[in-house]
Amino acid sequence: MSERHQITAGFMPLLDSALLVAAREKGFAEAEGIDLLLVRETSWANIRDRLAVGHFQVAHMLAPMPLACNLGLTPLASRTIAPLALGLGGNAVTVANALWAEMKAHGARPDLDPARAGRALKAVVAERARSELAPLCFAVVHPHSGHNYELRYWLAACGIDPDRDIEIVILPPPLMADALAAGNIDGYCVGEPWNTAAVTQGSGHIATVKAAIWRGSPEKVLGAQAQWAESNPEALRALLRALYRAGIWCADAANHEELAALLASPAYIGRPAEWMMPALSGDIRVSGATVTPVDEFFVPLAKAATFPWKSHALWLYTQMVRWGQVRHDRTNERIARETYRPDIYRAALEPLGVALPGANAKVEGALRLATPVGSAGASLILGPDGFFDGGLFDPDRIDDYIDAQSSPRRDH
Amino acid sequence: MNRNSLAILVIDENRIRASIIEAGLRETGHTNVTVVDDITGVARTIAEINPDVIVISLENPNRDVLENMFQLSRAVKRPIAMFVDRSDRASIEAAVEAGVSAYIVDGLRQERVKPILEMAISRFNAFSRLSRELEEARSELENRKLVERAKGILMKSRGLSEEQAYALLRKTAMNQNRKIADIAQSLVTAAGLLGPGEDA
Repeated sequence: MSERHQITAGFMPLLDSALLVAAREKGFAEAEGIDLLLVRETSWANIRDRLAVGHFQVAHMLAPMPLACNLGLTPLASRTIAPLALGLGGNAVTVANALWAEMKAHGARPDLDPARAGRALKAVVAERARSELAPLCFAVVHPHSGHNYELRYWLAACGIDPDRDIEIVILPPPLMADALAAGNIDGYCVGEPWNTAAVTQGSGHIATVKAAIWRGSPEKVLGAQAQWAESNPEALRALLRALYRAGIWCADAANHEELAALLASPAYIGRPAEWMMPALSGDIRVSGATVTPVDEFFVPLAKAATFPWKSHALWLYTQMVRWGQVRHDRTNERIARETYRPDIYRAALEPLGVALPGANAKVEGALRLATPVGSAGASLILGPDGFFDGGLFDPDRIDDYIDAQSSPRRDH
Repeated sequence: MNRNSLAILVIDENRIRASIIEAGLRETGHTNVTVVDDITGVARTIAEINPDVIVISLENPNRDVLENMFQLSRAVKRPIAMFVDRSDRASIEAAVEAGVSAYIVDGLRQERVKPILEMAISRFNAFSRLSRELEEARSELENRKLVERAKGILMKSRGLSEEQAYALLRKTAMNQNRKIADIAQSLVTAAGLLGPGEDA
């Protein structure tokens, strides 16, 4: 290796920091000539700020965060790009035991089926409204997060207005389980291991999972400070290769115990290794001793899980529009589209001869089955990627999609 | 409007640091200062005191919670921006370096707010320096105790004098390119594992 690269990456204590952790701990970064320093952060705001002032060159980011930065939706931001995704899926919706008991009385079962759980929740919400009880309160980690959008998508598709029928608040992931146990919130949508945390502590029941609401959906990305990326293309490409190889290692079930132990260490998530296993194995402990297997709960590599699809960026953008965070116009749409950078991903990974998608965008929700697709290099299988309500998102018909969505209230 | 009328809210889980900031603000003539160490109920506090400036530590995990409140019109009466001026990069960097962030009501003049931010930055830096010195002093003391115990083990098990025991530790540390305290720690741990004899 001719040149060494110093890269500092910020991350939050979440299971999907796995690729970054493995890249450092298993030597994939080192093999690319990168001294990769990982810095654990306490808030997404810190990650954004420290990327902006140059403490971090890259970071573990919520998939919509780079869009929010570039669309000017945050108090401080630098131009940020997403040249790689850090896997697909990985979240769940956990509800307090008391709420689960009510949902169960309305037909919910521990099968994680979003439609069934949503019907039950709607019945509970209606009952509470009739009894003039305060609306249920759910927490998500950030307004610009996959959690917020998938929770809202699920609720809205089940006939629950996320702005009127329930309350949605923001809470940091490690505090969710305690807030649930203390009765401050009735439920939450968060990444692992923070659902397993509530189940293990006996305070919560997993009602449904991201992989069932929208299978194979975007969750975290590698956000890179655009100016740094432009001045250090070699370093960025080397990092993407290291992360891809880390993805191969993370995807191998033979490594899951070692990965769980790595993530459990105090420098990373700092919680028991057993808490990491459900997400890695897909055997989700939904409550007590009840385990429900989930296909592709968290996908670190397969199904082009690290590819930064422009259709993912654009879907996230449609949700920002839907919930009143940003106005839809051509400029904003272009900013969203250009934030995700499959071109950089391709340039970095081409030398590895790995399977690369032929397109930069796809119709989301179109694949009912695993489907081999045309790809450069090797064979690639995509899907299934369905939304639970049968929805389809065609990025070429974004106006229609936005028009067809239920709109946010505009009475304030 | 004199500058003392600025309402300032300090959110810091570290009560000692919060009071250092508060004292600093009062010394510079700001009397309308509210300090909270817990984010719970802060929305109500914000609605009540209607702050012009909010100072929060970067280590507070609730920054995302706070920023979300600013976006909700019902929580805050006036729009709040971050820092004094986005173009004032040096201030922003200094603040992030120091581990503090500030949110300012839109439209507040820069010269009124900048001294507050500068004061917060310098107090945060002073606090970290103090904490670091304290930590160093504490670990120095710990190290000294460890070395004492390691010497004791060597004196007892190998019949060395105190000076010989120390020389052996020092030589081993040099050979292995490690700190004496690390060698002492290994020795104490090993003696504990190999059990009884030395009271670890």
